[in-house]
Amino acid sequence: MTLPYGKKLLEHFKNPHNAGIIKDADAKATEGSPACGDIVTLYLKVDEKTHKIKDIKFESYGCASNIATASVITDLVKGKTIEEAKAITWKKAADELGGLPPIKMHCSVLAVDTLRSAILNYEEIHGLIKDKKPTSRNKILDRIKHVMNPIRGEDIVKTGIVQDVIFEKGKVTVLLNLEEDNQFAANISEEIIEQLQSIWDIKKINVKFTV
Amino acid sequence: MDYIYLDNATITKPHKEVIEKIMTIIENKYALATSQFSHTMGLESKEVYEEARNIIAHSIGAESKNIVFTSGSTESNNLAIKGYARAKKRGNHLITTSVSERSVLNSMKTLKKEGFDITVLAVDSSGRIKPEELEKVINENTILISFELANHEVGTIENYRSIVNIAKKHNIAVHIDASYGYLEIPINVNELYVDLITLTAHRIHGPSGIGALYIKKRTGIKKMMDGGFNEMNLRAGNESIPLAVGFGRAVELFDREMDVLHTAKLKKLLIRQLYDKIKHISINGDPDKSLNNLLNVTFHKVEGESVALHFDMEGIEVITGSACFSKSLEPSYVLMALYNDHERAHGSITFSFSRYNTRNEILKTADVAKIIVDKLMKISPLKEEK
Repeated sequence: MTLPYGKKLLEHFKNPHNAGIIKDADAKATEGSPACGDIVTLYLKVDEKTHKIKDIKFESYGCASNIATASVITDLVKGKTIEEAKAITWKKAADELGGLPPIKMHCSVLAVDTLRSAILNYEEIHGLIKDKKPTSRNKILDRIKHVMNPIRGEDIVKTGIVQDVIFEKGKVTVLLNLEEDNQFAANISEEIIEQLQSIWDIKKINVKFTV
Repeated sequence: MDYIYLDNATITKPHKEVIEKIMTIIENKYALATSQFSHTMGLESKEVYEEARNIIAHSIGAESKNIVFTSGSTESNNLAIKGYARAKKRGNHLITTSVSERSVLNSMKTLKKEGFDITVLAVDSSGRIKPEELEKVINENTILISFELANHEVGTIENYRSIVNIAKKHNIAVHIDASYGYLEIPINVNELYVDLITLTAHRIHGPSGIGALYIKKRTGIKKMMDGGFNEMNLRAGNESIPLAVGFGRAVELFDREMDVLHTAKLKKLLIRQLYDKIKHISINGDPDKSLNNLLNVTFHKVEGESVALHFDMEGIEVITGSACFSKSLEPSYVLMALYNDHERAHGSITFSFSRYNTRNEILKTADVAKIIVDKLMKISPLKEEK
C-alpha cells in the first residue's frame, strides 16, 4: 500500500469507533463547514458530579484523516474528566494515529477544536463559565495557532507565516508573509477567518498578504 | 489485486502495440534525428520521427510542417499562449474561461504579470462559454481566445463552432486545447477557423510525456526554451523519437467502436445503475453533450476523498474534486465555477472509462458505490439538512 496513511489511521477510517449520535446528549458541538469540506460533530454525556465524560459519539463529513482523528479523539476522552479532556492536543491525537501527513494536520486540529467547543457548550449550559473577558492580542494569536501550514504540518505562527496581528476596536488585521497567489493562500485565509469569527468582541477580520 | 481502473480521463493505459513499438525504437533508433546530415542512423531516426508527425498531422487534416512535438499538453498550452502573445507586435488582450485547464489559466496569469490584459470568462452551468459574454469582452486589442474542446473535469463539449465564428468575425486568433476530446471529436483544420491546437498522447492509450501543438501557417510563436534549433526552431532539446512514434501508433490504433461507442455504453450503464441505487446524486456538466468516456458525479452529503479511498480499498481507482484531493486544499475550481456549491464540489467523483473496461466492472463499481455512500451517510452530520 502506497497511500500516505498509516495502518492505525486506515483502521479507524474503515471501522470508526463511537460513530453516531447521542439523542439526549448533555452537550454538542459542530465545527468546520461544507465550504472547507470538513465537518465534525461531537455529542457528550457528562457525569454531573464527577464531570467525567461517560459517553461520546461523533459524526463526520470529511476525508479519511477527518474521520480517523474524530474517531481516535472519542477513544482518548471517554472516561476522562472535562479538564483532562481539554488538555488533549491535536499533536496527541495525530500521534495516536501514528502521525498524519503535514497537509492533513488541520484535520486533527478540527477534531480537537470540536471537542473543546463541546466542552465549552457543556460548561455554558451548566453555569461553569465566568464572565466574558475582552479579547487580547495573545488570545487571537492562540486561536490562529489552530491554523496549519499545510507544507510543514505545524501552525502558521510557529512557521513564520504570521507576520503580525493588529487588534483595534473590534477589528483584527492579520498580516501574512505569503504571496496572494500562493497555492494555500485562499485556504489559510479562510481558516483564519473561521477561527476568529466566533469570538464575541471581534466584529471585522482582515487578512492581508504582504509578499 | 486486480484493479478496476476508472481514471482514464487523467491518463490511459498504453496499448500493448504502442509499448512494443516504443521498445523497438528505444533499442534500434536511438540516434538523434537532428544528426540526419551526419550519418545514416540519424537519417533513419528522422524517418520514423517524421512518419509519426505525419500521422498526427493527418488526424486533424493538417500538414506535417504545422505540428510541433512537445512534452505534453501543459507545454503545448504554454507554448501556444505565451508563445503567441509574446510574438505578437500589436494588441495585448487575451481571453480564456474560468474552467480552462491550469496550464492555460496559469500561463495567462504569467502574461498578466508581464503587462498583458487578461479576461477570464465565466461559463454557464454546463461549463460552456456564453457567446454574448464573449462578444461583450472582445475589443480592438484582443489577440487570442483559448478554450477547451471538452472540459477536463466534467467533459462538457464546447460549442466550438459558434465560438470560432465569433473569433473569425473579429479576426482574433483561436487556441483550442484539445487534450480532452482529441479524436473522439473529429477536427479538421481545413474547415475550422483555428490557429493553435493542443494535442496529447496519454489520453488515447499513447505514452505519457509527449504531446503536440498544431500551429497554423504564418502564425508567429516565440520559443520558450533556449537551445538548438529543433522543431522548426520552436522547441529546443533532443527529440523523443520513441515517444513520438508511440504517439503516432496510438493515433493509428484509435477505433471509434471501442474508444467511443463502447465507453459510451459503459457510461450510460453506470449512470443508470447509480440512479437506481443511490438517492442523492447529481451528474455534473452536461450529460447530453459531453465526452463519452467521462462521468462526473456528486454523491451528496458525503465527502469525495473518503469515497475515493473506500473505492481504492476495493481496487477501484477513481478521483475526486474535493479539497483534500487537491494540492491547494481548495475544492475543484471547475465545479465551483459551474455551481458555486462547495458541497457539490467536495462530494464529486470522476469515473472515466476506456476500451479496457468491461460491463462487469461497471456493475461492480455501482454496487460498491452504494455500499460506500450508505456507510459514509450513516456518520455524516449533513444527513438531516437536505
